[in-house]
Amino acid sequence: MTDTTKSTRQVNVTSKTSVSVLFAGDSGDGMQLTGTQFANTVATHGTELNTFPNFPAEIRAPAGTIAGVSGFQLQFSSKPVYTPGARFDVMVAMNSAALKANLKDLHRGGIIIAGTEGFDEKNLKLAGYPPGVNPLEDGSLSNYILFPVPILQLTREALKESGLSSKEIDRCKNMFVLGLLYWLYTLPLEGTFETLRAKFQKNVHMAEANIRAVKAGYFFGDETELFANLGRFDIAPQKQHGLYRRVTGNEACAIALTAAAKKAGLKLFLGSYPITPATEILSTLAKKKKYGVKTYQAEDEIAGIVSSIGAAYGGALAATNTSGPGLALKTEALGLAVILELPLVVINVQRGGPSTGLPTKPEQSDLFMAMYGRHGEAPLPVIAASSPVDCFYCTYEAARIAVEHMTPVICLTDGYLALSSEPWKVENPDNLAPITPRFHLPRKPEDPPFLPYTRDDRQVRSWAIPGTRGLEHRIGGLEKQNETGNVSHDPENHELMTKLRAQKINHIADTLPLQAIDNGPEKGDLLVLGWGSSYGAIKTAVEQAIEKGHSVAHAHLRYIHPFPKNLGEILGNYKKILIPELNNGQLIHIIRDKFLIAPEGFTKIQGVPFNEMEILIKITDIIKELQ
Amino acid sequence: MADNTTVPVLPVLIAKDFASDQEPKWCPGCGDHAVLQQIKNVLPELGIAPENIVFVSGIGCSSRLPYYLATYGVHGIHGRALPMATGLKVSRPELSVWVGTGDGDALSIGGNHFIHTLRRNPDLNVVLFNNEIYGLTKGQYSPTSKIGLKTVTSPSGVIDQPFNTAALTLGSGGSFFARAFDRDGKFLRSILKRAALHKGTSLVEIYQNCPIFNGGAFEAFASADNKANNTVYLEQSKPLIFARGKRGIWLDGFQPIVVDLDKEGISSSDLWIHDETDINKASILAHFADDHADSEESLPRPFGVFYARERITYEDALTAQISDAQKNGIGTFEELLKGDQSYEIKKA
Repeated sequence: MTDTTKSTRQVNVTSKTSVSVLFAGDSGDGMQLTGTQFANTVATHGTELNTFPNFPAEIRAPAGTIAGVSGFQLQFSSKPVYTPGARFDVMVAMNSAALKANLKDLHRGGIIIAGTEGFDEKNLKLAGYPPGVNPLEDGSLSNYILFPVPILQLTREALKESGLSSKEIDRCKNMFVLGLLYWLYTLPLEGTFETLRAKFQKNVHMAEANIRAVKAGYFFGDETELFANLGRFDIAPQKQHGLYRRVTGNEACAIALTAAAKKAGLKLFLGSYPITPATEILSTLAKKKKYGVKTYQAEDEIAGIVSSIGAAYGGALAATNTSGPGLALKTEALGLAVILELPLVVINVQRGGPSTGLPTKPEQSDLFMAMYGRHGEAPLPVIAASSPVDCFYCTYEAARIAVEHMTPVICLTDGYLALSSEPWKVENPDNLAPITPRFHLPRKPEDPPFLPYTRDDRQVRSWAIPGTRGLEHRIGGLEKQNETGNVSHDPENHELMTKLRAQKINHIADTLPLQAIDNGPEKGDLLVLGWGSSYGAIKTAVEQAIEKGHSVAHAHLRYIHPFPKNLGEILGNYKKILIPELNNGQLIHIIRDKFLIAPEGFTKIQGVPFNEMEILIKITDIIKELQ
Repeated sequence: MADNTTVPVLPVLIAKDFASDQEPKWCPGCGDHAVLQQIKNVLPELGIAPENIVFVSGIGCSSRLPYYLATYGVHGIHGRALPMATGLKVSRPELSVWVGTGDGDALSIGGNHFIHTLRRNPDLNVVLFNNEIYGLTKGQYSPTSKIGLKTVTSPSGVIDQPFNTAALTLGSGGSFFARAFDRDGKFLRSILKRAALHKGTSLVEIYQNCPIFNGGAFEAFASADNKANNTVYLEQSKPLIFARGKRGIWLDGFQPIVVDLDKEGISSSDLWIHDETDINKASILAHFADDHADSEESLPRPFGVFYARERITYEDALTAQISDAQKNGIGTFEELLKGDQSYEIKKA
């Protein structure tokens, strides 16, 4: 494992705590693959890490243009990291568009490794540089440490005897970059070699050529004088020992649904329709047939949710996944699930809206729709995941609540969580909360008549599924008489049923864990109250604020409806509440409405996640005002 | 899952055992009553326990159907009965799943689900009550209303070309299409039974009279004389004969021609012999309905099974894929959580 990382010459190795790297190039340059492979190597090496891919909405945007730039950012560290980094320390720019699009987010003094072939006249023009201007040559990058490397030429030289076509050789240039970064961060190569051999099992030449390109990049770092002054870096692996896997938020949702079905002893059914950025939940589950999972790619979003309601009626753990426009289409069916009182998990991977909006970009702007987006009085539980790994726990919890409380549940994630990844210590099935469906038992002829809408003390009805003798009954979207479930237009009955359905949801709060303070004092000047994917940025910012000696705490909401029972009390313990959100202010409305307090909002609606610096600056400003 | 391991000997059930305790709320004289009665007649003949039968519906007069049957039933939302039934059938293939729907529910708001369900072919029995009108919302024209029909929303007459349900079904890859008539109870019953026995999506279009908003829409096929002259009843391997044995259909290439059996020296063996497994012939039959001319030469409206050809159902195909994925064992919980890309961080 250490053989290849031995340097042939003495180059200084500096220890660092964390580094954020961006791989950026044209969408055809293989940057996602490079970033993913780099992340796998870093993860298996035992460092903490957080990744975020950023790619264009178009599959093949015009090559060389800013629109076509594809990036993969990751932060790896000796201590826990919760974001891919507010800014990056190192940027690989395969072409001039990649440099232009991302330079603003590179730390001053950061490292640029630029593929010089991507800075020829044609590429510079496509990236929109004025004629005759080349940032690699005009001194405009003097605030950074610039390494122009003829990546393509060096790859071609290394592979000239590989037997590959020139097109195939050129495609290996990302592996050269990967090797160079491995050298720079003293990382092992063997894992990548194994992956490449497995990937190109049927094409040994291709596998060997890619491996050779990785080695060429590595030795380029090692043997040229270019990096002599900079030296190499070492981020010491500190991860607790154990078995890990790396998951994206979407994968975590898919695994959680399968796990919840296993735990509950139910069959999983996912009715779904492809939509960015939620589709990987469907595609991941489509590959889980070994676990008995049934996925149904419906003709539209409505059929996706309605087929799931049919499956839920039949006794399956039923789920549907979507993103904003899809959730809008599902709202009528959600009302049906509310009135039928059937369990259903709805995962909404939020993206920029309204309408088609920003399909590939995250936003937290569907909270109102999740809370209120149905006609009639149709309350349902809403919970939100805070990290890629939390997507597992949150989806699992959504399934638990749905099954145990006979209600549809909306689980909110977003495009950032969906595609980001982090290491996850493999969970032990025994540690997952039990999920207990309450199926109604068959009825004997001498038993009293079956009443589908009788409730237990939590106002939950039982699950009476077809095939159960003696429970034949008819239910539907029409208002039903209490207990019997027969159609009823009685005025008082409607009011009663409306209130019973609301009470059932409110009762869920009795079974939920109390809200915890994630970090900071239990009483103090400022509480930063977050929800969803802003967890990492808020956590990092609050940590830094506490280090500066400020009286700041962080609480992060998972349960948005109903709220944890102690939330009001917590909010009363601070002079000021700050609510950062990737929308125009939605949770803040709900908090004001519920607790009659005046929190301060902090919003960002740019289709990109918060970074810790923005939040830290806001915290610092508020603390100043308070003093 | 509920405990159903001990199956008792089934009592012999009769039609009234399938009546729920709810009184039908359809208008007096509505064809829906007749359809309900025939469904109740057919269900005992199928030998399926009531707890294993589910009726699913959308919205509209006909979609009240589940409330009146003592089986399981779900009354869903407008147009969405088919996906609801599909989700149920896919997750519980052992159930007998029926859909009650109407021309508005299935062909207008649910049109997309209609075509996609037919191509996927889940084993559903779809009973489409076609009254060529929106009844529940009080008489607006529907996607099967005839051109020229004056309704509250078409005061100058309908200008939309109506859907041809048979052609739409066959064009969508449907594996079974039959047409029946609310008035002809015995025939309707036989068709419903055929549909129930067909494995795959069976689509039964029932011409159903709405006496309030579209009374007499099917009068051309109703009285004894009209029925004789304007309809042809399809029977497998039998020639297409109508008008009390006086007229038949002769197929000249792809062209169906009405011939007079007495006059033209054509015997019944020269006529079109019905073959319900022939998609091309079924398609020609489907387009008999396009012939609106009212003369001796006009084509009669076919009733009966146009097309019935079983092919693999959606749920069977999916079950087969799952069985294949599980041939080396069902995935364990541990395996699921571990994934296939896990890695060990060893103690430092």
